[in-house]
Amino acid sequence: METIPVEHGFILAGILFCLGLIGVLTRRNVVFVLMSLEIMLNASGLAFIVAAARWEHAEGQVMFLMILTLAAAEVAVGLGLIIQMFRQFQTVDINVLSEMKG
Amino acid sequence: MLELIWLLPTFPLLGFLALVLTGGRLPKRIAGPIGAGSIGLSFAVAALVASEFLNSGLEHFTYEAWVWMSVGGFNPGFTFYLDGLSMVMMLIITGVGFLIHLYATGYMSDDPSFARFFSYMNLFVSAMLMLVLGDNLVLLYLGWEGVGLCSYLLIGFWYTNPANGYAARKAFVVTRVGDTSMAIGLFLLFAQLGTLNIQEMLHAAEMQWSLGSGFAVAASLLLLGGAVGKSAQLPLQTWLPDAMAGPTPISALIHAATMVTAGVYLIARTHPLFEMAPSVQLLVALIGLITLLLSGFTAMTQSDIKRILAYSTVSQIGYMFLGLGVGAWSAAIFHLMTHAFFKALLFLASGTVILSLHHEQNIFKMGGLRNALPVSFFSFLIGSLALTAFPYTSGYFSKDEILLGALELEGVGFWFWLGGVVGAFFTGIYTFRLFFIVFFGDSQAEHPPEKEVGGWHMNGPLILLMILALAGGFIHVPLDAVFNHGEAHDEHNVSGLIHGIMIAVPLLGIAVSYLFFMSKTFSVDMLMAGALAKRLHAFWFGGWGFDTLYNAVLVSPFLFLARVNRKDIVDSFYALIVSVSQAANALIVKSQTGSLRWYALTVAGGLVVMVSLGAVL
Amino acid sequence: MTLLFYLAGAIAILATFAVIVQTNIVHALLYLILSLLAVAAIFYVLGAPFAAVLEAIVYAGAILVLFLFVIMMLNLGQHTRDQEKGWLTGRMFLAPGVMSALLLGQLLNVLSQVDQDMAVTRVGVMEVSALLFGPYVLAVELASILLLAGLVSAYHLAKR
Repeated sequence: METIPVEHGFILAGILFCLGLIGVLTRRNVVFVLMSLEIMLNASGLAFIVAAARWEHAEGQVMFLMILTLAAAEVAVGLGLIIQMFRQFQTVDINVLSEMKG
Repeated sequence: MLELIWLLPTFPLLGFLALVLTGGRLPKRIAGPIGAGSIGLSFAVAALVASEFLNSGLEHFTYEAWVWMSVGGFNPGFTFYLDGLSMVMMLIITGVGFLIHLYATGYMSDDPSFARFFSYMNLFVSAMLMLVLGDNLVLLYLGWEGVGLCSYLLIGFWYTNPANGYAARKAFVVTRVGDTSMAIGLFLLFAQLGTLNIQEMLHAAEMQWSLGSGFAVAASLLLLGGAVGKSAQLPLQTWLPDAMAGPTPISALIHAATMVTAGVYLIARTHPLFEMAPSVQLLVALIGLITLLLSGFTAMTQSDIKRILAYSTVSQIGYMFLGLGVGAWSAAIFHLMTHAFFKALLFLASGTVILSLHHEQNIFKMGGLRNALPVSFFSFLIGSLALTAFPYTSGYFSKDEILLGALELEGVGFWFWLGGVVGAFFTGIYTFRLFFIVFFGDSQAEHPPEKEVGGWHMNGPLILLMILALAGGFIHVPLDAVFNHGEAHDEHNVSGLIHGIMIAVPLLGIAVSYLFFMSKTFSVDMLMAGALAKRLHAFWFGGWGFDTLYNAVLVSPFLFLARVNRKDIVDSFYALIVSVSQAANALIVKSQTGSLRWYALTVAGGLVVMVSLGAVL
Repeated sequence: MTLLFYLAGAIAILATFAVIVQTNIVHALLYLILSLLAVAAIFYVLGAPFAAVLEAIVYAGAILVLFLFVIMMLNLGQHTRDQEKGWLTGRMFLAPGVMSALLLGQLLNVLSQVDQDMAVTRVGVMEVSALLFGPYVLAVELASILLLAGLVSAYHLAKR
């Protein structure tokens, strides 16, 4: 069986994570922000799976499951917040939520 | 029985609390009995304790209520010390105080702030008792400042009139000069002798310091400063005449009978210190002599009935200082007691006169009141006789003792005696000038009295004080144990001529007064005709220009400095700190944009920095 | 297998990039599904079939359907697309791009010191489950509580 260099897996995870970060920082639409967050979470999950494959441990997959759970709960709450925000402000622009400025 | 001594300051304090905690809203029929009754109870206990003390034959008695605080060697307690001196003082304070309180329930009955008045009065009595009964310097100082506070509150009692507030502030500030000096003196004593207990301290001073040593002189000088401020002696006498702005019972209790004599008490209590510094003791006598003469002159020119009495108080305390200065300790305290009787009597009687004449205080607008105000007339008669030391009244005995004590002093003693005799002459003149103008001649009153204000609680105290002023000289003051260390007091051995002079001079003063103000054989107007006489009169009327002098030398420069330094130099430094932190705050607030993306960006930036640091290090 | 890994990786990167620059939100969602499925394929290649299946079912299935529901609820139409075009300017990408590049550079720097080939071992469902219900049972309970809390709060927040 051919082998895959371990750093390639990590680099892939890193690229995905950075793309997600760019998305979070760039987008003003709050739904996109939430999607980008999902990308970042998924990228970290990928890193765990790569690590699990490298060191032949099932623990990495357990960790991935935890991240999956977290992502699910986070999306549920986040979408609820987005709905509430849309009701309050009739917009999905995240810049509107700046009432807490000093 | 003697343990009950702790009840003495407690009753007035409870009265004060009861009156204060109800916010002065108690009706008069409750507030009056609380205010006067607490002092009455105190007096009853004082009488019990005193008789027990005299019977026990103890020289002194100490009762420790509790220890206030204990820090290393510094452990002042609420400890009461009873000896002949503090016993006399406590009897005067509670006894005369009770009579004045009783009088005040009548005098103040129309005042809307009745309960407030009695709360201050009770607090005063409590503080004064702590002052005289305290066995350590801290308790003494607590009482000392407590009476000062009450004096301030009561002078400014009718605070709606700005003049009264000014008088109160003046009294407070001027006495503060003395109090500061005294506080420094107490610190010096504590630092040098390492004890707060007065008796231990005096003992240690006798052990450690030699006669006339620098510390003894400094300590007694500083204490003298405090005494001079409290007792309105030269050069801090200017506050007392203005203090007459308060209600008349206040003038009787605080500014005649008790508080102003606290300075005399202080010197008497610490007399071993003064004995170790003969130069300072001489200074005490000198201050007393000059004060009594100056205020005697001033009293002759005044027209306000209470100011005359105030200057006469200053003058009489001058006699006490003279007595202290020449070493006639017992005589000074004896005079303190008799003075408390007759001066309280005079002030209360003047209160009746003032109230009957609808708050008229100018003696030239009175006149011919002897029939309209019989009780006041007799009170004034007896009080004036005692004040001028008419033979066999109380003032005669005590003033005699002081002057004979002065005569016993070698060297300058004769001059002190002579000054005291001259002062007695003036006392005769100004006292009976007041008496003749107010009670004889034609009525000059704008509102002639309909009838004398009175009732049993005003006249009763007057009658009792009349008896005391007449017969108070026969009271034996048990002070030998305190001042002569148990030795019996030796009789004065002086010629009949001296006695004759001392009896004759006050009578001469009365006679002069009679010729000027009663029979009008001589006319004051003629005496006043000359320009020099007019200027002298104005000078004396203003109290020898002390107020003007102090205003020019002290108050004006201070005000000038305050105006110049309106934008406080020291404050600007603190303002700098404030503005710097405000600027920093404004800077940081800018980062608080409220924008979520900005926050996320900074978090990511922080992450980059941290990871970079991790990679570099 | 190696080829599949690189192919799936490329698809994942491209699809993800499409997500973050896409203005049409439904298209973006579809690209995200594509990206997630590619990642699921990578999981499979890396010998984690259980994780791959979960990735496809939970992520690409449940979570993204949830997104879709919300988008439909909010009714973000043409108006939103125009708005997105206005918002997504090139300047917006500057600072985040630089920062992410820095971060990635760090990562590459660290990874360049590692040079090991990966032996792909298949880790089956059984082993994962044995771990989950063995030493990590408490974590599973906590995860269930988290999900419950998410459920309750989502209900509460979305309630009118």
